[in-house]
Amino acid sequence: MPNEILLAILIVSGIGLIIGVVLAIASIVMAVPTNEKVDAVRNELPGANCGACGFSGCRAYAKAIVAGTAEVNLCPVGGKDVAVKLGEIMGVEAGDVEQKIAVVRCLGSKDNTERRFKYQGAQNCRSATNLVGNLSSCVYGCMGLGDCMKACPYGAIEVCNGVARVISENCRGCGICTAACPKGLISLVPIKEQALVRCRNLHKGAMTRKDCNVGCIGCMKCVKVCEEGAIEVKNFHAKVDPKKCTACGKCVAACPRGCVTPFIPSL
Amino acid sequence: MIKGLIAVFLAAILTENYVLAKFLGICPFLGVSKKLNTAVGMSGAVTFVMVLATAVTYPIYMYLLVPAGLDYLQTIVFILVIAGLVQLVEIVLKKYMRVLYRSLGIYLPLITTNCAVLGVTMLVIEKSGVNYGFGHALINALGAGIGFLLAMVMFAGVRGRLETADIPKSLKGLPITLVAASLVSLSFLGFAGIVDNMLGLG
Repeated sequence: MPNEILLAILIVSGIGLIIGVVLAIASIVMAVPTNEKVDAVRNELPGANCGACGFSGCRAYAKAIVAGTAEVNLCPVGGKDVAVKLGEIMGVEAGDVEQKIAVVRCLGSKDNTERRFKYQGAQNCRSATNLVGNLSSCVYGCMGLGDCMKACPYGAIEVCNGVARVISENCRGCGICTAACPKGLISLVPIKEQALVRCRNLHKGAMTRKDCNVGCIGCMKCVKVCEEGAIEVKNFHAKVDPKKCTACGKCVAACPRGCVTPFIPSL
Repeated sequence: MIKGLIAVFLAAILTENYVLAKFLGICPFLGVSKKLNTAVGMSGAVTFVMVLATAVTYPIYMYLLVPAGLDYLQTIVFILVIAGLVQLVEIVLKKYMRVLYRSLGIYLPLITTNCAVLGVTMLVIEKSGVNYGFGHALINALGAGIGFLLAMVMFAGVRGRLETADIPKSLKGLPITLVAASLVSLSFLGFAGIVDNMLGLG
């Protein structure tokens, strides 16, 4: 009886030993040289694999940095901190990183627009857009079905009262949501105090009035009060140039529709 | 002889499908079948490891454990061997087949704990006898892998349809996936008996 137990132990540990030795030899003989710099760079990157840098994932970006084909300041998620650390690893100046944040350019909530009908189809914006065009009275407005919310890897978008809203504390500026919106309502803006036109309606003023309570009618009032010349109206729709805007707030006060809003990032 | 091998091969794919008839390897079946290309990648790796594992564990059992009277150790020894084998395969692929290694990615180490692989190696031992040798065992492993592929690809298609379906809230996510899986499994019951009759063996 003790012999049987001994034999069992010997055979199992023998097989284990053989496998261990073979694996050890194999890992030495067939070792693949890995570039330590790539791993070091990769470890500093956030690892979200969002693709905002223009490469397919953080590892691809790390490879491009080490190969010298990419700058170190392309990661908007990591921002300046990461750029400085990458610069240290690579021995180059980090340069300036312009941190951006996403904004939804629509305020057409259920209070401000009318629902055209009760929609019971596939609950995503892209299908609904293809099927019925728009759910609210505004053809340019937010569908409120949350494609952007589902696309956001950081949980930085919520749908409130039928319109999407960016939670600025969570937004890292990766820009995935800008591609997810079938209406093209989401854009990235630099993080600074500025005025924002929260509307994309390109209809003429009279029509916009019917669409939405807070739609931009292209009345030019904001253009007239702006001392910096930062606002222009094209296609019956105002646009603020963030570079020129000094956040004086005059346009916000002048807007009769309430679609020009101050934007104070909390970051 | 050839007829017997073909019967074993087809039976492993259809009537004895390891996922849909024996309910082994459900975890990767539910976890990796969301997209078609990952489903195919995972199944490829599983097939590869199944054949290799059978090729190694069968002789170990027949020529080492049985003569020593230690056949009760098969579970632990097989797990040990499969784990080591997967590691070895990973090292070899990393060195010589970089593209394949990249496409298999995380699935290769995951297979270490895949019960379908262990199931194939152990059930083959149960079946072994005069008419069921090493060749049959290998063919069975290959068929099991291809059956896994078939189940994964079919289910990836089913899940693609689920994506756009308007599912009741209480059934969203895993519940509806399991319901769909059970229906697919049910459809595989229809294959029972077909293989034997087809080849005139029944």
